[in-house]
Amino acid sequence: MTAPTESMGSPSSEGWFGDFGGRFVPEPLMPACLELEAAFTEAWADPAFHQEFESVLSSFGGRPTPVTECHRLSEELGIRLLLKREDLAHTGSHKINNVIGQALLTKRMGKTKMIAETGAGQHGVASATAAALLGLECTVYMGEVDTKRQALNVFRMELLGAKVHPVTSGSKTLKDAVGEAMRTWVAEVDDTHYCLGSVMGPHPFPWMVREFQSILGREARGQSEKILGDVPDFVVACVGGGSNAAGIFSGFANSRSQLIGVEALGGAAIASGVPGVLHGMMSQLLQDEEGQINEAHSISAGLDYPGIGPEHAHLAATGRATYSTAGDDEVLDALQRLSQMEGIIPALEPAHALAWILKEAGRAIPTGSTVLLNMSGRGDKDVAQVREILQAKGLYQ
Amino acid sequence: MSRPHLETHLRTQVANGKKLLVPYLMAGQSDDWLDVVQALAEAGADAIEIGLPFSDPIMDGPVIQEAAVVALERGTTPESALSELGSIELEIPLVVMTYYNLIFRAGHDRFAGRLAEVGVSGCILPDLSLEEMDDWGRAAECAGVDTVLLVAPSTSIERAQMICDRSRGFLYAVGRMGVTGERAEISHQVAEVVEKVKPLTTLPVCVGVGVSNPAQAAQVTSLADGAVVGSALVRRLLEGSGPEGAAEFISSLRQAIDTHG
Repeated sequence: MTAPTESMGSPSSEGWFGDFGGRFVPEPLMPACLELEAAFTEAWADPAFHQEFESVLSSFGGRPTPVTECHRLSEELGIRLLLKREDLAHTGSHKINNVIGQALLTKRMGKTKMIAETGAGQHGVASATAAALLGLECTVYMGEVDTKRQALNVFRMELLGAKVHPVTSGSKTLKDAVGEAMRTWVAEVDDTHYCLGSVMGPHPFPWMVREFQSILGREARGQSEKILGDVPDFVVACVGGGSNAAGIFSGFANSRSQLIGVEALGGAAIASGVPGVLHGMMSQLLQDEEGQINEAHSISAGLDYPGIGPEHAHLAATGRATYSTAGDDEVLDALQRLSQMEGIIPALEPAHALAWILKEAGRAIPTGSTVLLNMSGRGDKDVAQVREILQAKGLYQ
Repeated sequence: MSRPHLETHLRTQVANGKKLLVPYLMAGQSDDWLDVVQALAEAGADAIEIGLPFSDPIMDGPVIQEAAVVALERGTTPESALSELGSIELEIPLVVMTYYNLIFRAGHDRFAGRLAEVGVSGCILPDLSLEEMDDWGRAAECAGVDTVLLVAPSTSIERAQMICDRSRGFLYAVGRMGVTGERAEISHQVAEVVEKVKPLTTLPVCVGVGVSNPAQAAQVTSLADGAVVGSALVRRLLEGSGPEGAAEFISSLRQAIDTHG
């Protein structure tokens, strides 16, 4: 049985992690947030719920995922590099952990429908998968721009029986998909759960999603200690909203490991953002002088979000975790190097975390260090885009 | 500034047996938006809600979202809108509706003070929940600005009581579970939410979200003290109705409310 994660602590009763978090939603949604908080609190204290959650993740989700040591890349970099292989989980990323948890909770609350937002499509595909497994109706909100960039994922969701609703407001990307899903939730809250995909939004989502993702951090702690005889010196993860990072950090927050989050350079809410309120939470946001939200831009649709989960803003403020950035070109290099040297094609998102490691090995990461990277997703969804970019740069014919 | 204060004015109107009509428009949604404000006042509005455009309005449907995009593209900022509002003569109160991030960025005291300076006596911030409103509430009270709170069909009676106790100006009863926008029919939830809050407060209760035409405005005001009409007006303005068309629409609502409300 899993115990609630105490290492990164529970938020305050109103959902605050230090100065970040809270619950900034219109009154029609407040009762739904309170209901969800009560339902999750009750379920997470129930051993039977944990048993069901872990059983589904084991028999259906492919857990536990292994930890792989990268021998060739380690030798070249002068460090010892381990990967937590969330790319091997069902649907190809860590997103399955959260959606199984929320879909089970949806049923427990007696609701029959789930809605979800998606950027690149990973969370949308995972949500459609969990809904199919548990017999729930599922509608996925996806920015119109992203439905075109990720047309195959739209088809995958539809194949799984979900409806995909293209969002045409604002920048027509992830931020607008979140907004539209929230608007829909207001109108359909009686029979519908909003299955939010990351550690963001109003309380209890940032806490609940971290708890569902903490299973990967606990596994990784045990596995890396077994391989290394100790915790790794560095634990590194990419951060958009920050769910995979929250999951792995939670397994090491009470250890000596240095925690490093890597954001996309064009969506770096910690490096370039300031505090503000969006989508129900106080966090670090990309915004202008007046408080209008800016759009994020990166090679990875999954990191195209102008904010970050509030607990990450708090971890940055306290210094427990450090946040850095990686740009599009170094991400492309990292993706190719891991593919060619280790036989693993990473998704563009974790390729950001790897790019930071490649850049900092022998610098911020002293030679001889042990490093655990959360390989949050596989690169299949990105290969067509990567080919186009490499062709455009004349690097592939 | 000779504009009456929001709560004082609305309470007086209700005491005199009048039903309240509160139209909404987006600041900066057209070149002549200030003329529209004047026209609405002359056509019988009891107060006017002015939207300050925000990039991510999660309480608003497609029409008001579009108006926000138009206003932002025209370069509207909170300050440009407020200073323009300060420049006009008006004999009814103004209430600003926007999202909390703009206020948080500006600073609570600075923003509340600025509202007071330009003669805006009320403020609606739909995403600032009861639990998170203390800092803003203090600043607004110091500046003499009423913070109007929302109550929804889903709100429990206990929460509704706390909201009624904290709301100033009027109580904004959300007439249906959903975002702003025109609807073919008035929801049965209007009667439910009004019946829930009426025994809890002496504040005027105005129903908004989904009030689209004269018949619906009359229907809503037969139950509550007033109606807020947003998307139906904003859509007409986006379609180019101008101040005259806006005045004509508001007059028709006024007449329906006074006859049947």
